[in-house]
Amino acid sequence: MEKERQGIGSRIKRLITYVVLVLVSMLCLFWFYILFVNATRSNAEIQVGFSPVPGKYLIKNWTKLMQGALPIWHGLFNSLFIASLSAILTTYFSAMTAYAIHTYEFKLKKYMFTFILMVMMIPSQVTALGFLRLVDDMGLMNTFVPLIIPSIAAPVTFFYMKQYMESTLQLAIVEAARIDGAGEFRIFNTMIIPLMKPAIAVQAIFGFVSSWNNYFIPALILQDDKKKTLPVLIAQLRSADWLNFDMGQVYIMIAFSIFPVIIVYLFLSKYIVQGVALGSVKG
Amino acid sequence: MKKAQRGKKSKVVRYNRWGYIFLIPFISVYVIFQLIPLVSTVYNSFFENYRSGLSQVGPNFVGFDNYLKIFTDGDIWTYLKNTMIMWGMGFVPQILLSLLLGAWFSNKRAKIKGTGFFKIVIYLPNLIMASAFSMLFFVLFSEKGPINSILVDLGILQNGYKFLSNVWSTRTLIAFMNCIMWFGNTTILLMAGMMGIDPSLTEAAEVDGATSLQIFSRITLPLVKPILIYVMITSLIGGLQMFDVPQILTNGTGNPVESSMTLIMYLNKHLYSKNYGMGGALSVLLFIITGILSLLVFKITDKKEAK
Repeated sequence: MEKERQGIGSRIKRLITYVVLVLVSMLCLFWFYILFVNATRSNAEIQVGFSPVPGKYLIKNWTKLMQGALPIWHGLFNSLFIASLSAILTTYFSAMTAYAIHTYEFKLKKYMFTFILMVMMIPSQVTALGFLRLVDDMGLMNTFVPLIIPSIAAPVTFFYMKQYMESTLQLAIVEAARIDGAGEFRIFNTMIIPLMKPAIAVQAIFGFVSSWNNYFIPALILQDDKKKTLPVLIAQLRSADWLNFDMGQVYIMIAFSIFPVIIVYLFLSKYIVQGVALGSVKG
Repeated sequence: MKKAQRGKKSKVVRYNRWGYIFLIPFISVYVIFQLIPLVSTVYNSFFENYRSGLSQVGPNFVGFDNYLKIFTDGDIWTYLKNTMIMWGMGFVPQILLSLLLGAWFSNKRAKIKGTGFFKIVIYLPNLIMASAFSMLFFVLFSEKGPINSILVDLGILQNGYKFLSNVWSTRTLIAFMNCIMWFGNTTILLMAGMMGIDPSLTEAAEVDGATSLQIFSRITLPLVKPILIYVMITSLIGGLQMFDVPQILTNGTGNPVESSMTLIMYLNKHLYSKNYGMGGALSVLLFIITGILSLLVFKITDKKEAK
């Protein structure tokens, strides 16, 4: 008797758990569902009201957007270019910095490590003013350089790499390679980088996504329409007189910036979720 | 383990100049693109330097006048209040939801199926471009948008509700979006902490007849307190940087009546209009606040590592 009641109680508890989990998941996905549906409907259909069934205008909306005034392809290319290079630079040089502090013993090592940890949380916005003036003085306004090169110094990525090295890198293999006569730089490139692959993959994704989504600094640096990245173009769409817009096009433009990330995420989600848990220090 | 490594390292002293060589890229880029801008920001904050119409005023050295102006004209308090209100409105539900989900996911005896799937779903919004997500919410919640259309069809509303013309509905939308975008991240962090709790503690409590609520509040919660504090301070630092969502949602105006104008939106205004003096002073203030908060985080993580 007692046992049976407990069984029912725990079954109800499980049921509640699943109901809450499904509701929370819907809360996360609902918006993207509406986005998808409306991206497939014509402006006239959208104006009438919402219907949960997708329409047939996906390709028409797409071709109209491509012929429209916003330089979407340029935006996509610029975003891809900046985000890819940032991701490569940030992972390679963060691994190098972490390797320097992990492997070698030198006087300033402790201070460097403490310093990097202390500045880790300082947001880029508070130095944006000086940054913009510097970029202006260097004649780099309206170029991609100030959006790519600074990612070489990424304290958060460095910290993750350092954590990873502490748990996996055996210094014995470095010594063995030295005995074989390999130079330090070569050891780093041909042995350490391949060993760090899992950590590099995770951080490359984070680096890519944060650069891809970045809006504050690019909006202040990029002025030519053809140089703008997707987030800047989206902001431009918002400030346009959107009431006269073809809403089908607006939706497909948003879908165009959101869905590629979702698709990539679905393939790599396992590693990303693990990466968040492992990093434990991540904005 | 660590000691053994140290012993080995002493053999390789002659290689150690490479430590400096490998640090060159990081240090030079950091100095050029972070430290020099920081110094220049502080320097600019002591000068009167802006454009008024077509004429340029300054740069003239004015000491602390910019700071005085910021504090006395009162806008900064309004924007600070807005930022904190919207952060708090998003953070409270976010942390409650994360604690609940974290407790469920980390409870091995509950044997919840599909935790992997749920974790993937709740983390998803964190990766979405904030500006595109805000633009999406702007069209979804516009007067004739799909949300109003659904609410009217369901008979909940008579006419479309102007979400973005009312102070509290605008703030709620922004807070809600922040919550959606960050609770997955928080859940995973808290879960990692909860997984580290020795299961014998909760088992002993269960034998003594404690309910799951008691176990949660008396054992789990105190043990994850350090992570909870860490999450809270980092979220606060993130909250002070709130920009993309309100900027796009309100088209940079912070309307209605600037009730959703945040500190960084204010800074962005100064940067855009090239008012370097005021922008500099505001940046320095934000730097000091985030610096203090960062030191707190540093202290906490330092303690965690010492363990």
